[in-house]
Amino acid sequence: MSNIIARERDIVIPGEALAEGMDFLPGENTYRESDKIYSKALGLVGISGRVIKITPLSGPYVPKIGDKIIGKVTDIAMVGWRIDTGTAYSAMLNVKDATTRFVRKEEDLSKIIGIGDYVMVKIINVTSQNLIDLTMKEPGLFKVSGGRVIKINNQKVPRVIGKQGSMITLIKNKTNCDITVGQNGVIWVKGTPENEMLTVRAIKLIEEKAHQEGLTEKIEKFLNDNAVPGTVTHPATSSATSSVNSSEEGEMN
Amino acid sequence: MAYTKRVDGRKFDELRPIEAKAGVIPNADGSAYFKQGNTIAYAAVYGPREMFPKFKQNPKKGILRCFYSMMPFSGSGERIRPGGNRRSQEISMVMMNALDSMVDLSAFPNAVVDIFVDLPQTDAGTRCVAICAAGIALADAGIPMKDIISSVAVGQVDGTVVADLNYNEEAYPAIVSDIPVAMTHNGKQITLLQMDGEISKADLMKALEMAKIATEKIYELQKKALKEKFTQE
Repeated sequence: MSNIIARERDIVIPGEALAEGMDFLPGENTYRESDKIYSKALGLVGISGRVIKITPLSGPYVPKIGDKIIGKVTDIAMVGWRIDTGTAYSAMLNVKDATTRFVRKEEDLSKIIGIGDYVMVKIINVTSQNLIDLTMKEPGLFKVSGGRVIKINNQKVPRVIGKQGSMITLIKNKTNCDITVGQNGVIWVKGTPENEMLTVRAIKLIEEKAHQEGLTEKIEKFLNDNAVPGTVTHPATSSATSSVNSSEEGEMN
Repeated sequence: MAYTKRVDGRKFDELRPIEAKAGVIPNADGSAYFKQGNTIAYAAVYGPREMFPKFKQNPKKGILRCFYSMMPFSGSGERIRPGGNRRSQEISMVMMNALDSMVDLSAFPNAVVDIFVDLPQTDAGTRCVAICAAGIALADAGIPMKDIISSVAVGQVDGTVVADLNYNEEAYPAIVSDIPVAMTHNGKQITLLQMDGEISKADLMKALEMAKIATEKIYELQKKALKEKFTQE
């Protein structure tokens, strides 16, 4: 006899029973003890077939292979750069993965990327001890220059992007800013100073109200109410050129 | 003279009024406010972050660190020196032991999760309130946990078993015992058990049964505080 105790999209806390009986399987962020499945994190219940999983509502960024993140250069080593990923673990960007041009043996690496610079990079390897290797040799990966960098909780990234990039396209169109979102929650915004400020406020608003319904409408209203005079807003045409540098996992409540 | 009526008029198994709130400190990764009677605690969780000093890193799993501190004028009015002392070190240690068994940091080797608990006002039962606040804050920070720890003090005042003693009861001029207990929700496993004073074996068993019911009440409030943060206003 098996039955599900929690319902789909319920908010559960750690230790809450989700299902009993052996017919269900524990998925992400859950565990089984005797014949019951319990939650292991604060999040939303997801039931797909026999598997029960929890989508966390908060929590640290866990580096995954293939994620594109924005990191800050903290140190320069013999073979490359040490990058702060916004987690407990720093990452290594090797010279051979950083640039296509030939780098001589004695060349000063700080001339290419200096300490304190931000880079948009992709994770190519993560070990069991969370040692991270990065690459910058792909389209859409670059050294960040100008604009401003803000940090939000990484669990809110899908909401900032929206369904098929709807939210980020909306902000880009309304503010004329270039926005690049890293999966680790670091966001780079570039535009005119006033529009940058507005974009930052809009993103902070999304972070604050991430779990609410009708968020896109709220943000649209906020952007219309606070629009910077003289900004030429683009209609939907610009969405084709917008580059969403993240996996489109955006979902609406 | 038996203890027939409690100093603040509560029933023997009644807890002081409790308020709990999650996410009160924006800069922390997770935070909580927990008020029980006149005892107030703020807990802030930071991490997982890089562990310093480096020699304390554990390559097999992450480490949990607790910092308990009573604020200078939090007690009876007498100023306590701010910062750590022997008492706060001990309480930090027992807090860490109480929480550690349910926190799963195997995905974060070499890292540390820091919990800071500050008490702006105290009236007995501070380690229990600190553990309750830390439990909410850890869940709010999204740290993987098997269960939430709830904690309450039980004890005996002049032969009567009571729950959630306040300072006047702890200082009652008779034989008094104060037993802070921390328990998990699902298995009702005890993760903290200390005692001050003296109690008979029968009364201790009675007190622990009382603690089971009391921690269940606190668990419901912790759960409510966490869910409130994510439901629409």
